[in-house]
Amino acid sequence: MTPRTPLDLVDARRGPAFTVTFDGREITVLPGQTIAAALWSAGITSWRTTRGSGEPRGVFCGIGVCFDCLVSVNGRVNQRACLVPAEAGDVIRTQKGTGHHD
Amino acid sequence: MTDRTDGRPHLAVIGAGPAGLTAALAAAARGVRVTLVDSAAQAGGQFYRQTAPGLGARRPQALHHQWRTWERLRDGLAGHVAAGRVTSLTDHHVWFVERQSGTTGGAPASFTVHALLGPEQEEPVTVHADAVLLATGGYEKVLPFPGWTLPGVVTAGGAQAMLKGGLVLPGRTAVVAGTGPLLLPVAVGLASAGAKVAALVESADPRAFVRHARVLAAHPAKLAEGAWYAAELARYRVRTRVRHTVVAAHGTGRLEAVTVAALDGDGRVRPGTERRIPCDTLAVGHGMLPHTDLAEALGCRLDGVDVAVDDEQRTDVPGVWAAGETTGIGGAALAGAEGGIAGVSIAARLNSRIPDRSSYASAAKARAGMREFFAAVDTVCVPPARWAEHVTDDTVVCRCEEVTASAVREAVDELGAGDVRTVKLLTRAGMGWCQGRMCGPAVAGLARCPETPSRRPFARPVPLGVLAREPGEPHDTSPSTTGWDPS
Repeated sequence: MTPRTPLDLVDARRGPAFTVTFDGREITVLPGQTIAAALWSAGITSWRTTRGSGEPRGVFCGIGVCFDCLVSVNGRVNQRACLVPAEAGDVIRTQKGTGHHD
Repeated sequence: MTDRTDGRPHLAVIGAGPAGLTAALAAAARGVRVTLVDSAAQAGGQFYRQTAPGLGARRPQALHHQWRTWERLRDGLAGHVAAGRVTSLTDHHVWFVERQSGTTGGAPASFTVHALLGPEQEEPVTVHADAVLLATGGYEKVLPFPGWTLPGVVTAGGAQAMLKGGLVLPGRTAVVAGTGPLLLPVAVGLASAGAKVAALVESADPRAFVRHARVLAAHPAKLAEGAWYAAELARYRVRTRVRHTVVAAHGTGRLEAVTVAALDGDGRVRPGTERRIPCDTLAVGHGMLPHTDLAEALGCRLDGVDVAVDDEQRTDVPGVWAAGETTGIGGAALAGAEGGIAGVSIAARLNSRIPDRSSYASAAKARAGMREFFAAVDTVCVPPARWAEHVTDDTVVCRCEEVTASAVREAVDELGAGDVRTVKLLTRAGMGWCQGRMCGPAVAGLARCPETPSRRPFARPVPLGVLAREPGEPHDTSPSTTGWDPS
């Protein structure tokens, strides 16, 4: 069986890719992908640490219910990465705790 | 104020999945003006979650089932939107539905649907209507186990949503585990998209279906569907382990392996059967729960955890109908049947007529059959009876507030909590961002308390600035206009 990707499976003729940064590192995003999808594509599965024990978290429910995938986007914290579409030039940062400097 | 400027009654449908879409089309075809309100960027709900348009999927159906039904719904919606009969509001996150009682002389109630414009969900929008259909769908239930908070552990539906919507996989090697019919399409979907599915771990015993042979025999299409999945799993060489469960997920900073084990007849792990499977993804789910927040805030009666409805899909609150998973988990086909019946009923009742039962007799028959089928599935696909015994004291149960199993046990055993509300007050379990949606079943199970509805006043977080606005401030969207008017 030939190795395939989700893009192969649906014969995706996608528009031009763009870049965003995650903690300063440049990553490539396909148009229409959420921030969570963009991070997964780059092999990144966690982008938040918890308030209490500082444990890493990423996507859990994937549909906006669990709030585990909170992330900082362009300085705005507590954004659900699974809902927010990535835009060219977004500055995405790991959210630590509440995301506020407390 | 009720807006009947064109003389036609106005229905607000909350949720554009199979139930809401079918209802919107049925009502619109019968002269009702419909505003369809949904939180996603495109209609379809979770079952028909669409790939983002920018990804240019030419064969999106490769990720879907019952695609022809979707084409019919999608084209029907487009036709009604073009004709001005349906207004489709996407990216609208409904947090509250307000009911104004009729004033004098038995005037009917009217409704105000309060939404936030996404994805930031800070700008308020309202829609006024004469009737409301709640088609809010469901979300996945996941019971905790050691390691379930590791990145790489996702809900089965979440893995599928990310695949359908963003064409991404969380990793290369996945284990799909838990119980219920959702695991099959998730395992096949991940495998067909290029993931290696190392195991499909189902805690149920399929032999239990024998007790429901009569029900199964009445649903040959469901049996054929099961056979198709079995063939697909074989094609992708997915090893299926029934009467097994995941007892732990392992990893440092992210998932590296899971331990699965066989279950005995009492739902206990059989000692010595544990085996470790390396993987970077665990897609796990233990069934579904209905979204009932809007219904509860409206005062609708619940039946267990489901919104109670009558033969016409009416709730016990006049003017409020409900259809789909919110009235009981049963899949897309059942949701469509319920939505169609609701649409016919709404169109008749809003014009003070009694609906013609013969016009939805076939949908009612399908509804009865599918409810019977999923009742059988529910008795077979249950989490391991002793799941709570495998939750170690240091396992985080409430993911938001980081409350451990030991804290919940202490609240019950030492502090005398006898219900989930008291456990919540003592431990903060359920007080975080998700408002107990994720940990509710786990806390109830660990505390050995019945699962009760959570009674959330709002269906999602609302900025204080929105709540502080005076009613009537200029943020209303007239139902005859589309989108958000920031004037």
